[in-house]
Amino acid sequence: MSTSSVSKGCFVFKPSAKKKRTLSLEDHFTQGCEGAKNSETRFKLCQDLWDKIKAETEVLQDELYRKILDSLLDFTRKCSSTRQHSDWTSQMRASEIPTAALVLGVNVPDHDMTFQSLSELLQQSVSPFVASVQAKECGALKQLMKRVLERLMDTVVTVEDDDEEEEEAKQTSTQHPGRVHCSLGALCDWYSCQTKKSSNGTPGKKRSSPGGDGQQQPPVVIIFKDLEAFSPKVLQDFILICSRYIERLPLMFIFGIATSPSTIQHMLPHSVSSLLCIELFQSLTCTQHLAYSDRQGDIAVVETTSTGSGLLTDTWLILTHHFPFKLNAKVMQVLISIFLYHDFSVRNFIKGVQLALLEHFHSQPLSVLCCEKQEALRNATQLGCKDLERIRTLPSFKRYVEKQESQEQESLLRDDAHLKEVCQKLLKDLCKYHKNYYPTLRCLHALTSSVPRYPLGKQARELHLICMEKNVWENEEYQMAMKLLKMLAKDELMALLQKCANSLESVKSKEMKKARVRLRELLAKFQQMDAPEAPVEEPVTSPVRDLQKKTDLFQLQKTLLEMNESRRAKKLSPFELLRNEVLEFIDRITCPPPEAQTLYEVCYYSSSATVRRHLNATPRMSIQAALSSPYYYLQNESLKTEGGSVSSAAPDICIAYKLHLECGRLINLYDWLEAYATVVTSAEGADADGLGQVDEIKQYPFSAFVPSNQRHNPLERRGVPQ
Amino acid sequence: LSQPGMVEEYFEAHGSSKVLTSDRTLERLHTPKLDRETLVKLLGGKPSCYAKEIQQLHKKHQKHFSKWMLQLQLGFSVLVYGLGSKKNLLEDFRVSHLSQEIHLVVNGFFPSITLKSILNALTCEVLEHQGSFRTPSDQIQYITQTLKDIWDQFQQSQFNWLWWECVTFQHYTEETSYENSLLVQQTGALALSSLTHVLRSLTPNARGIFKLLVKFQLENKDNPSYTGLSFQDFYQRCREAFLVNSDLTLRTQLTEFRDHKLIRTRKGVDGVEYLLVAVDASTLMAFLENEDGN
Repeated sequence: MSTSSVSKGCFVFKPSAKKKRTLSLEDHFTQGCEGAKNSETRFKLCQDLWDKIKAETEVLQDELYRKILDSLLDFTRKCSSTRQHSDWTSQMRASEIPTAALVLGVNVPDHDMTFQSLSELLQQSVSPFVASVQAKECGALKQLMKRVLERLMDTVVTVEDDDEEEEEAKQTSTQHPGRVHCSLGALCDWYSCQTKKSSNGTPGKKRSSPGGDGQQQPPVVIIFKDLEAFSPKVLQDFILICSRYIERLPLMFIFGIATSPSTIQHMLPHSVSSLLCIELFQSLTCTQHLAYSDRQGDIAVVETTSTGSGLLTDTWLILTHHFPFKLNAKVMQVLISIFLYHDFSVRNFIKGVQLALLEHFHSQPLSVLCCEKQEALRNATQLGCKDLERIRTLPSFKRYVEKQESQEQESLLRDDAHLKEVCQKLLKDLCKYHKNYYPTLRCLHALTSSVPRYPLGKQARELHLICMEKNVWENEEYQMAMKLLKMLAKDELMALLQKCANSLESVKSKEMKKARVRLRELLAKFQQMDAPEAPVEEPVTSPVRDLQKKTDLFQLQKTLLEMNESRRAKKLSPFELLRNEVLEFIDRITCPPPEAQTLYEVCYYSSSATVRRHLNATPRMSIQAALSSPYYYLQNESLKTEGGSVSSAAPDICIAYKLHLECGRLINLYDWLEAYATVVTSAEGADADGLGQVDEIKQYPFSAFVPSNQRHNPLERRGVPQ
Repeated sequence: LSQPGMVEEYFEAHGSSKVLTSDRTLERLHTPKLDRETLVKLLGGKPSCYAKEIQQLHKKHQKHFSKWMLQLQLGFSVLVYGLGSKKNLLEDFRVSHLSQEIHLVVNGFFPSITLKSILNALTCEVLEHQGSFRTPSDQIQYITQTLKDIWDQFQQSQFNWLWWECVTFQHYTEETSYENSLLVQQTGALALSSLTHVLRSLTPNARGIFKLLVKFQLENKDNPSYTGLSFQDFYQRCREAFLVNSDLTLRTQLTEFRDHKLIRTRKGVDGVEYLLVAVDASTLMAFLENEDGN
């Protein structure tokens, strides 16, 4: 069956039921990946890691939104409780619809998850009646109404599914949630019926719950996921209608706002917004995030704010040794720049990580060693001779071999068994390196992130990027940071050192233990100095007195110079000595970049071009390149040309494009064809009677490139000036 | 300050309204207009150059097929871009890798394709659902409910695009077969896309006039004795809808429609002019649907 037809644009294909055998994910992985021998293991490793990343990010995201959700829940509880009171202010309030405006930031793709967990939480703890609507499904008031009713009644059905007494009522209400009765009145009746039932059915439960009255009349929550996209008229009408029913139906709105709270004022006139009692909820501020990342031991939250609008989004970077899979500096840079300069979307960031993970395990046969230490050692013993060859060709391994003595070199390159042993040792070293790298990184970050002007960046990820690129201590910025640190006062320095010590706390490696102990000692020394001490008497006898004596001019100059010298080389106070000692120590524990490690290729994914091509493609560039230099794609010698020009043997479409570029804004079709014919006849020497060109003009797919006068332009016909 | 930015350069290049064009017209070609058949025949006779290299490119892209499958199964969507028709490549992929799965092919270049026809193909043929839906969103809801176990919330809300560069240099033969060219003699009914293009450049009132006529014609499409709307009648209706204020303006509009071959007039037995839209009913229906959608 072919997919081209003049009467149909859609073709459905169904496999015959008999020979149905679908390939699994793993088969697809194995097909066409490099080094298929151990692909099974690699696939399993890849899946495990991805599952782990997914789970961790979900937990993290939940944690991050916990706070705002909690305050929102408080708000709903408060609102439903004020309704019951009878004093004057709450009566006033009761005629308004309580509304929570949630400012979530511009990363709209991520909001779905937030709203889902929000509605789940609301259903669990506040009210079973929660409906969320999206702008694109409610173009008109009627549709909005219908959706709200459908969702509400459906929600209730799912929540109280186990309640057998409700069975009948449920059936009557769900059989025809009909568009005929699609009105708030119907909802009111249904609601009162529901609440009566539940209060009759479970009186014991009601009394035992803390907010007894609140439970009896749970609010009906309607979530507008994307307020900006709603049509203002629909929204206004809906609010007006709802406000009429507020006596009978305890309604509550939640607005999801991507830009700023002033949207509400833009969308709703005063007469409508006065019907709402709006409370604003901002998503987390960056300081809260910082606090969070301090508390969280192993996963650092890298936070980024678009400072101008005060909006906040966040990404998670896995700066921990628990994950064997790592990204190198360039890939990380690509992902971060896509995040910062394009979409602000956490989800896309995670997608990028997923892609990198997949690509790494798919294309690098040695990635079989990219796993936890024990497993990696086990896998190392099972390496085939092909894999061992691959190890020998790794640049980092070559560097390692060059440093060995000649005999050792010989056996590394010849003896497979020996290589396996060395390989295990190297893997252990790599593991140890990672264990040390991250704590020291954090330590350094703690120190440098408080230095003015942030020479090494404000965030851990910036420092991480710098550290990954080259030896950090060779960096100019690093030296500057150290200079600035040397000017710190004592209590500031102590606070910073305390932070450092904390970041080293949880690490279980020998070197770090030593480092920790050393740091503690130093801290203790600082504390000792805290005790009031007598200012140390300067033992140096002042040479000023000598000046009194009568001397010649030469002598005087000499003494003055000496004085100057001695003043400059002032003796350091014990504090200053100690400070230098500490910084020297920090200097010493800082790690070299991962790329200096042998076998780092196993863990690090380094093809930033692939990631960029697949995530942030540039189709226009590709088309441009294909049209202007076809040799790049079609490897034919006759297409090779000197810069910029197109050979006359190029494919027709390239010549047509080149001629089109040479013209100005408006192109005369006749001239174009003539020019084309000239080019082609000069190339072929054959006759060109203007037929070949027809092909080209007709094939031209990019209407945007074709100047407007060639298209069927009605404006021109009417003689309207353009 | 002294160096002009890109923006200024752009306006400098495009700013002056005086454009020099030659006044030569297509009529001066030896073979000014061909009909379709001759064109196809001529094109078919000319072998494509670089067939070998193009084949190589094709083979290179084919190597990625299993990776595409892997990515598709992991919830990504694959998007291919680049110069040249990708139809052969996708067809190849479909035959070699998708033959075991239920799949749907949508020809986006097909001129009268609508969202509804795609969704109908999904619900009727794939999910075997009888009956109709009122709105597309209802239909989508049904589809997602049925396929809930296949797509989770996370994936369905967004395309997870992965971009793949596939420059093929293959001819856009089928894709452009629906496009009109000035060089080919026009035959047959106006396609939906050209109809929309013309209408889009008109004033709202002119559009309203046209829509009025279309609606009237669709109402009477089952009436075999319907010969069109008389001018007087039409004028009355347009006045009531505040679309024109004089006989003359309506006549000007109609002339313009006639120029674009959108309407036809026919003299009735009583000597009165009757107006007809020269487009078939299904295209008109699709057109109205589009208009309402916007």
